[in-house]
Amino acid sequence: MSKGIVISPEKCTGCRTCELVCSFYKIDTFNPKDAAISVLSYDEAGLQVPMVCMQCDEPHCMTVCTVNAITKDSKTGTVNVDSDKCIGCKMCVSACPFGNMTYSSRLKKVIKCDLCDGYPQCVRLCPSGALEYKELDSTLQKRKNIASQFVETLREGAK
Amino acid sequence: MNGWTEKLIRVNLSDKTIKVEKLNMEDAKLYLGGRGLGSKYLYDEIDPEIEPLSPENKLIFMTGPMTGTYATCAGRFNVVAKAPLTGTIGAANSGGHFGPELKFAGYDGIIFEGKSEEPVYLHINDDKIELKCAKHLWGKNVTETTDILLQENEEDAKVSCIGPAGEKLVLFATVMNEKDRAAGRSGIGAVMGSKNLKAVVVKGTNGIGVANKTEFMKATMESRDKILANPVSGKGGGLATYGTQVLVNILNESHALPTNNWQTSRFEDADKISGEFLTENYLVRNKACFACPIGCGRVIKIPDGKYKGIVAGPEYEAGWSFGASSGINDMNAIDKANHVCNLLGMDPITMGSTIACAMELYEKGIITKKDLDGKELKFGDAESIIEWTEKTGNREGFGDIMALGSYRMAEKYGHPEYSMTVKKQEMPAYDGRAIQGMALEYATSNRGGCHVRGYLTSPEVLGIPIKTDPLVTEGKAALLKLFQDLTAMIDSSDICLFTTFALGLPEISAMLRNTIGINMTDEEILLAGERIWNLERLFNIEAGFNRNDDTLPPRLLNETLTTGPAKGRVADLDVMLDEYYKLRGWDEYGVPTEEKVEALSISTKATEASF
Repeated sequence: MSKGIVISPEKCTGCRTCELVCSFYKIDTFNPKDAAISVLSYDEAGLQVPMVCMQCDEPHCMTVCTVNAITKDSKTGTVNVDSDKCIGCKMCVSACPFGNMTYSSRLKKVIKCDLCDGYPQCVRLCPSGALEYKELDSTLQKRKNIASQFVETLREGAK
Repeated sequence: MNGWTEKLIRVNLSDKTIKVEKLNMEDAKLYLGGRGLGSKYLYDEIDPEIEPLSPENKLIFMTGPMTGTYATCAGRFNVVAKAPLTGTIGAANSGGHFGPELKFAGYDGIIFEGKSEEPVYLHINDDKIELKCAKHLWGKNVTETTDILLQENEEDAKVSCIGPAGEKLVLFATVMNEKDRAAGRSGIGAVMGSKNLKAVVVKGTNGIGVANKTEFMKATMESRDKILANPVSGKGGGLATYGTQVLVNILNESHALPTNNWQTSRFEDADKISGEFLTENYLVRNKACFACPIGCGRVIKIPDGKYKGIVAGPEYEAGWSFGASSGINDMNAIDKANHVCNLLGMDPITMGSTIACAMELYEKGIITKKDLDGKELKFGDAESIIEWTEKTGNREGFGDIMALGSYRMAEKYGHPEYSMTVKKQEMPAYDGRAIQGMALEYATSNRGGCHVRGYLTSPEVLGIPIKTDPLVTEGKAALLKLFQDLTAMIDSSDICLFTTFALGLPEISAMLRNTIGINMTDEEILLAGERIWNLERLFNIEAGFNRNDDTLPPRLLNETLTTGPAKGRVADLDVMLDEYYKLRGWDEYGVPTEEKVEALSISTKATEASF
């Protein structure tokens, strides 16, 4: 089983620490626009949703890459971009169904989450616990929590 | 490029010219940024005697060297101008994400000069800067304006704007950022309105570098860990759990919660307007400003009525002004009135306090139903705070007089003594008779009645960093000087004051030093704070203020408290003030001496003229 970043939007406070530290560890400056993770804001619901690469099993970005710059590490499950091979065609940006591939027009290269070699800095420094890095089978608990809401609804309905 | 971007935008609204100029780096090293550097530009460029709402006033948006970095809570910026409410220097500080975005666009600040003939807004996208027509936005509230501007421009841009109150020159109008973060006090939004400037929209894609990366991260991590471990600012701490309204019950138990326009200092129904009550009944979740591990902001649900929806909850001082100060125990009404302030762009501290003052004028028969558009106005009437807040923001009926603030309103009816103001700005939420240090703080604040210029409630009530006796006057002048200087440095750096619940000078200095890469000692960094304080004072002296203005409303000086540990006490201001001037190196009239000005390397108009 591989580990991944598990997101809990309901805990996110929108402080953008993840964006800041991602850019700092990737490109040495503080620049949220050049981060592999983004926080989306929904005012009407008062909700903030962090979005980051899912490290897909069958990555569309990898499939469309014409110069084979994108590979999936079979051991860690990480989908990586070889910046020496990348020609900046941005096909991967279009192909990602989640929009999780960032293209920096300033740096002229794609920026993508590589899980910081197994120590994701966004997770380490997230102050609210909205980001966790863990074995993906542990999301069963999250599923249980959501399922329990349905159970509550069923009980209400049965009354 | 470390910390500062070293660039500044100068916009002349009269002739529509836009220039990008180099930041004055000599001054940046002396005054840092934000409040300090903004004030230096203002002091150098305007005559302090001008009328605040005239085209001669300037409106300065200024970030600090740490804004936009990962330094703890470094999401802040200041808006500086001569203040219409007080006539003093005005600097209003805001969190959110606007300040960092301006840095990411590549600028430390913006100076607006003159006055546009028609409504305009400024749009910045990195090096593309233009003034655009804002006729279609005039009259729109803050939420509407922000939504339209995001549709018209980049959807991920950040918007700073005024609401109808700023347009109509309400003297305590705010500059609103991302809908609910406010550059709140001094009436800075009215200056923006007087220039026909509706908004600033900014998007930036550049990074901000720091000088010593490893050392910077080490210092920031230490600060972050201290903040997260602290019982006030930390995980599960008072601020994260209950927001700033955690203070309601604490101040009430200290008999320091001004009630019914400061007639008493304890509110029977405090538990119904407390942070605990808000959290239990209205909280949806916490919201943080940029790079903040605390997350004291409240996202709340208004359950009914025309303002139904998910909105920002009130801060402690806003909740107090509409709550205890107005004798109101209805949290739903307080939340709504606070939200109306956000929509129309007004300072809720002055708004609620002005309503409370009108309630006392009505109670005493000084104003009648005839003055109040045919209505009664009694302490405890929950609906009235919503109605009068709406009417004030739109300047309708008696709201047109409330729009002048409580001092000018009470003065109009011959009783300014019922206005709880210093230099015509309303004091918030902490009774100076029960907390003597706060009495001196209010009297000497460079922007009039204000709690965040030297927050002595922290040692006097909360015991941070040390517990002092709030009833004692000895030693308070020295403590206040230290808090004022430290705060001026923090507001200029520009990080959130709430870091000081967990951090002191050494921690903040370490982050600042490693951001800018200039080897200043802790003492030199604190000295920048003292320099800023004295510069603000010089501005006010030149604007016509003197010792007579460093005072408190007669109620605090003459009427004793009737309950609690401070029963029988008034604010013992004079004794503290003499000591304070001496410690500041000012003469007996409160004017900084030549030696002091020279020792702080402040270039004044007088010293420049002598060259």
